[in-house]
Amino acid sequence: MRIYILWLLFFVGITSNSQNCNNTLSGNLIDFHDNSALAGAALVVVETQQVIQTNFEGRYTISNLCNQNYTIKVSHPYCSTKTYTVKVSGDTKKTFRLEHHLEELNEVMVKGKAYSNKSHSITENTISQEKIERFSIGTLGDALNSLSGVSSLNTGNTVVKPLINGLHSSRVVIINNGVRMEDQEWGAEHAPNVDINTAGNITLIKGASALQYSGDAVGGVIVAEAVKVPIKDSLYGKTILSGASNGRGSSLASQLTKSYDNGWYGTVQGTLKRFGDFEAPDYVLSNTGISERNASLRIGLNRFNYGLEAYYSLFTNEIGILRASHLGGAQDQIRAINSTRPLIINNFTYRIDAPKQDVTHHLARLKGFKRFNDLGKLSFQYDFQKNNRLEFDVRRGNDRDKASLDLELTTHTLMLDLDSKLSESINLKTGISAKYQKNIANPNTGVRRLIPDYDKYNLGVYAVSDFSLNDKLILEIGGRFDYTLLDAFKFYRTSFWESRNYDQRFPDIVVEELDNQILTNPELNFYNASTTVGGQYSLSENSKLFFNYSLASRAPNPSELFSEGLHHSASRIELGDLSFNSELAHKFALTLQRTDDIFSFSINPYINTINDFIVIEPTSIQQTVRGNFQVWEYRQTNAQLLGFDIDASYKFLKNLRLDHQFSLVKGYDLNRNEPLISMPPANTKNEIIYNNPKLNNLRIALESVYVFKQNEFPNNNFEVFIPETQTNDIVDISTPPDAYHLFNFNSSLDVNINKKSALTLGFGVTNILNTSYRNYLNRLRYYADDLGRNFLLNLKINY
Amino acid sequence: MKHFKIFSLLLFTAIILTACSSDDDNNNPEPIVEEEVITTLNVKLTPSSGTNPAIILQFRDLDADGPNLPTIDVSGDLISGVEYNGSIELLNETVSPPEDITEQVEELSDEHQFFYTLNGALDATTAYTNFDGNGAPLGTSFTLTAGAASSGTLTFTLRHEPKKPNTGLEDAGGETDITATFDVTVQ
Repeated sequence: MRIYILWLLFFVGITSNSQNCNNTLSGNLIDFHDNSALAGAALVVVETQQVIQTNFEGRYTISNLCNQNYTIKVSHPYCSTKTYTVKVSGDTKKTFRLEHHLEELNEVMVKGKAYSNKSHSITENTISQEKIERFSIGTLGDALNSLSGVSSLNTGNTVVKPLINGLHSSRVVIINNGVRMEDQEWGAEHAPNVDINTAGNITLIKGASALQYSGDAVGGVIVAEAVKVPIKDSLYGKTILSGASNGRGSSLASQLTKSYDNGWYGTVQGTLKRFGDFEAPDYVLSNTGISERNASLRIGLNRFNYGLEAYYSLFTNEIGILRASHLGGAQDQIRAINSTRPLIINNFTYRIDAPKQDVTHHLARLKGFKRFNDLGKLSFQYDFQKNNRLEFDVRRGNDRDKASLDLELTTHTLMLDLDSKLSESINLKTGISAKYQKNIANPNTGVRRLIPDYDKYNLGVYAVSDFSLNDKLILEIGGRFDYTLLDAFKFYRTSFWESRNYDQRFPDIVVEELDNQILTNPELNFYNASTTVGGQYSLSENSKLFFNYSLASRAPNPSELFSEGLHHSASRIELGDLSFNSELAHKFALTLQRTDDIFSFSINPYINTINDFIVIEPTSIQQTVRGNFQVWEYRQTNAQLLGFDIDASYKFLKNLRLDHQFSLVKGYDLNRNEPLISMPPANTKNEIIYNNPKLNNLRIALESVYVFKQNEFPNNNFEVFIPETQTNDIVDISTPPDAYHLFNFNSSLDVNINKKSALTLGFGVTNILNTSYRNYLNRLRYYADDLGRNFLLNLKINY
Repeated sequence: MKHFKIFSLLLFTAIILTACSSDDDNNNPEPIVEEEVITTLNVKLTPSSGTNPAIILQFRDLDADGPNLPTIDVSGDLISGVEYNGSIELLNETVSPPEDITEQVEELSDEHQFFYTLNGALDATTAYTNFDGNGAPLGTSFTLTAGAASSGTLTFTLRHEPKKPNTGLEDAGGETDITATFDVTVQ
């Protein structure tokens, strides 16, 4: 469409009748909603017939103007054309804003973007489609790990949970295709049930600013959006085939889109992934294979003033957990930790045995919007999610093939949002949401429920507004209130019930007393208020300052409230507390960002103070028939996390660029005056990239990743009596592993097959030097080294 | 506009379905009684000859991994020079009647092995008297011969999926299913 406009303008011709007028009008063209730069837009000066295109960064300059009023028509392929009157007096600067209309249905409107750095620069917190495709064979967590300030909490290398500025699990909210994921994210060994291949781009917000979806994102929000579908007749797709030497696995991801110029469109997508046992430099990591099968279907209609869309996706995976990590009590733990090699190493196999996880996630969404002239845009969304998680432990006898944990979490959510424009410079978005969630723990497992049966009801209202005070300053303010009712049926062990004095504190919730268990019906109410205030200020043409304060309030999750018993995968007894209240986090963040063709950087310091922060910590040793186990109890404390993330990019030659990242976070328990557990150690990534668009878009990159040793950690070591030696030995579960340095190589090349098809070939090596290392944030670090060298081949066909 | 109406209709159908489906769940969930739990280890030491009394060693933890401490009882002292036939019984006493876990262990004899560890000054020797199908020790029955008067600890360890055959506990690997230590005296 842009081409047509340009042709048209070309024929109209340019006749400038300047009369000693040497003034210039310059500035930026940005998106009305998220302030992202709009490249390739045409600006027409009606009076002079001058035509100017905005550059890649959305900048324009119109020269030879007089001191007078001009009418300027601004048009962009994805926006409706707008006409402005500008008074030119000397060299004048003016920022134009256009509203994306046609694309909006597929866009997650995240308010509070003043904080999200969403800009067309190298330092942005967005993962582009090109980069996502490079992670096609990996996980969402792997891709996010490439951003500064994001680490991952791993269980082996296939369960990868994003950790944003030191926080994870229930404190990180994932919005997948406009739906807040409800996939039992409370567990540290529960990876997000999102197929990375369904995402067109991924945005990271290091704060709680996505108030439309949640007010409880103490750590941050991850937004995965689908690729936008153009409104024109077309049929296109892509297939990515990847292979990896480590794990001897491959993945196949394919998608096909059909669209019509009347606005209808449809996309089918599917992913298959299969890996056998992965390998550390010196041995096979037995039982670490993965098998994943995903599919999604999207059908929709996109018109200027209304649209609707139906989306369904199925995510299934089976993940083996390192066999050597399945242990009895503390004596086994000592043996495993003191051994330099895993205690169980078998030959390579594709077979996945217990211990393993088997997860199925269904997500269905219906969405529609209608634009009213006087009111704004009204949107509805209904989504349905069903998450079934099976965890298999090593068991005996008839129960050998039975899952030890079988949870089915069903969630229905209804959202109604109104997006209105109060004036030229003020936007207001308001909405309500209602959610019903049901968790059912299958009793056939023969193992007491780790998470009880419950019904959860949630009602939320929010309002967010942004206003441009002038060309330089945009302010945002928002608030959200949530009411949550958690109605659970929980069986307590009588001995635990009494040892906690629950029999005196909560006698009213007892439903039934059995032999050695008590059935209770806790009904817990939580009222959570959250706010965000922030803004962005343009310091100069290419530098900006973002500032944000957010107050996030998170109700305790079922695991924190109800845990009571042996958590086999962690070889410890975990105890929750029924009397917990909500966590309250105050986060201040600043970002100074400079965007330039040659040198770009952003520096982002932050401080997050969390009241009633829920931590789990070891408190005692418990003797059981199976040996001694450490008891970890959840407790509430006040915590503070502070740190900074730095990104920089320097283009020192035409095709050669150096990217740098550095992240540091410190977390402290303010009540006990000691460091928090599992804080990411300081790390730095440096990558040298050669990219030549003229030479088949050849891209060659060499990356160095250096992770320091975490030197601030709580000492949770404990002593255990070893009958064989009659000694008390220390179980060292606290000391972090040493620093490590990895080198990775990545390259790709584009080949045009014909007019409509293009092929991208990729080759990469990770851990080139085959370094043996252990990662502090890998829960299996006690038992085995991390992955050794891995050769990757990637073949993408666009058609 | 037509699409919009269809959509609204779908939406309300969804709401109604949701509302209905959450209505019929007033039944309490059924309790789970864990069957694999081992609460009790009984070791019966019967003199192979003579009239000395049998000795019972019992390790019992009725709330399994609950907060209550296990109880450990030794019914009497061993007599110097006496050979005892030992038999081990494993019970799950959270169910009634108690379930005998020993049978499960013996059925899967190739996946299990008991180890006896003597420590301190305790003067005694042990020997396996039952074996798995491959002739490697299982150890739910054994003999214990008391030596000179002494006292110390006697530990019973059951390993699941150990390396078999092995040269002892250090070498065996596998997962610890049971470990119970008793203070024992030989008089």
